[in-house]
Amino acid sequence: MKQILHIAYRELNSFFDSLTAYVLIVIFLGFSGFFTWIYGADVFFLGQASLDTFFTVAYWSLFVFIPALTMRSIAGELKAGTLELLLTKPVSDWQLILGKFLSTFFLIGIALTPTLFYYFTLWGIGPVDHSAIVLGYLGLLLMSMVYISIGLLTSCLFSNPIVASLTALSIGIFFHIIFDVLAANFVGFTGSVFSFLSLSTHFESITRGVVDTKDLIYFFSISFFCLYSSKMILSNRNLQV
Amino acid sequence: MDIVVEHLTKRYGPQKAVDNVSFRVKAGEVLGFLGPNGAGKTTTMKAISCYINPDEGDVKVGGYSIKEHPEIIKKNIGYLPENNPLYQDMNIIDFLEFIAKIHGIPRYLIPERILDMVRICGLEGEKHKLISELSKGYQQRVGLAQALIHDPEILILDEPTTGLDPNQIVEIRELIKRIGKEKTVILSSHILAEVEATCDRILIINNGRIVVDGTAEELRKQAAGNEILKLGIQGGDVNDIFESLLNLETVDSVDFIDIDKQLFEVQSLKEETSVKPIFDLCVRNNYYISELTPTEKKLEDIFRQLTLH
Repeated sequence: MKQILHIAYRELNSFFDSLTAYVLIVIFLGFSGFFTWIYGADVFFLGQASLDTFFTVAYWSLFVFIPALTMRSIAGELKAGTLELLLTKPVSDWQLILGKFLSTFFLIGIALTPTLFYYFTLWGIGPVDHSAIVLGYLGLLLMSMVYISIGLLTSCLFSNPIVASLTALSIGIFFHIIFDVLAANFVGFTGSVFSFLSLSTHFESITRGVVDTKDLIYFFSISFFCLYSSKMILSNRNLQV
Repeated sequence: MDIVVEHLTKRYGPQKAVDNVSFRVKAGEVLGFLGPNGAGKTTTMKAISCYINPDEGDVKVGGYSIKEHPEIIKKNIGYLPENNPLYQDMNIIDFLEFIAKIHGIPRYLIPERILDMVRICGLEGEKHKLISELSKGYQQRVGLAQALIHDPEILILDEPTTGLDPNQIVEIRELIKRIGKEKTVILSSHILAEVEATCDRILIINNGRIVVDGTAEELRKQAAGNEILKLGIQGGDVNDIFESLLNLETVDSVDFIDIDKQLFEVQSLKEETSVKPIFDLCVRNNYYISELTPTEKKLEDIFRQLTLH
């Protein structure tokens, strides 16, 4: 466990050292703040103390940002040769994968933390549905988890970061939109399969305030599948630890 | 800790990088791993340090197999990979701290270990610089520092002196020698002088197979063959001397090295020495010897001879 945190901490530091983290946080807060408070279907336009707009904006922007964050995680290390450095230290393949996963997950957490001000501000303005907001954040974190895992998997598959990022994005699009669109076009069993596969179905069901185990299983199983595949790809070059 | 490599084979596609290699390194030994580029040195070292999985065979370090207990082996090995990969965006202290933490060195010992490493590897003046700002020589020292920081029993160094200037090479060699007194060291290189200067034992590998295993002395003996003398004789006519040398019973062939200085190269017959007959010859003819040097075959020649096929 310690190894995982050491790796995650180092990785997180390098996000901040390379300015990636600042750029991400500034753009993310800029976008979400703009659409939540100033423009379009913002809080004042809706006249409701709800953060639905924010969650929609975050839902989309994280989807775009995450592949850019994860693209280098394994591919970059492999290219720089530091993967060899790490894996010949007492670090197992799982610890490396989980460390990389956690670093990006923490970064998303850090980017989301300042938006708690939106929540407190809203609280001051009107009656807030607290559980909806808590679950909204939960939904965002679960969604990030899935996309980080997909990003890690593609970073293991392709040694070119750009290819890794674009592939993660295109796989993400299926979960984000295409399955949803397909679900709307099919009826019966096929329709419900696509609807189950679509990430937005589960995200919406959580943000609506219903946490079903089905949704949790969905998020965790996709993440686990991707992380496990990443680990297997990594181990193929190396020893099974 | 002993290292035992048993029938190690690793293929990259159809090509065998390492082909049924077996050897053992005793605790406290400094082993030089020699071979031309692409001979399989790095692959073998990667297998010992648990980075790659061999297709066949096994490596045992201190009795533990790399297949079953890599975590124990990794703790006891300090490994400097070829090309010395480092996190370029970190500074030296942070980097060493990260490596120390990964090795599970207790928190209160970490600052002390880092300072030790900075001192041993001569990094005092640079310690707050980013690794990307360092010259290649200093980066190599950081690489050594990260391999040594947990005080491992085994040190595996893949071409530790590439890219260093002559002074740094001498320094690093001395460092390796010092470390080698207490630890088991495997060192790879394609520079013979380096291996000769630092290692107890030499292993030459070519096309994935071990060609020679022995000390530098044994290696010389094995390849030396007939005695060759560089001989200078004065006090007589060059041609007469040449003739009489050729007539000696133990001599196989004589060549001129320098006619004016009367220098010859005398090669003896197999397992014979011509020193005494030459001396007797000079006494008989009132010649005098101006030079008599046994020519040792250089390790370079032996190396070329063994690996060029």
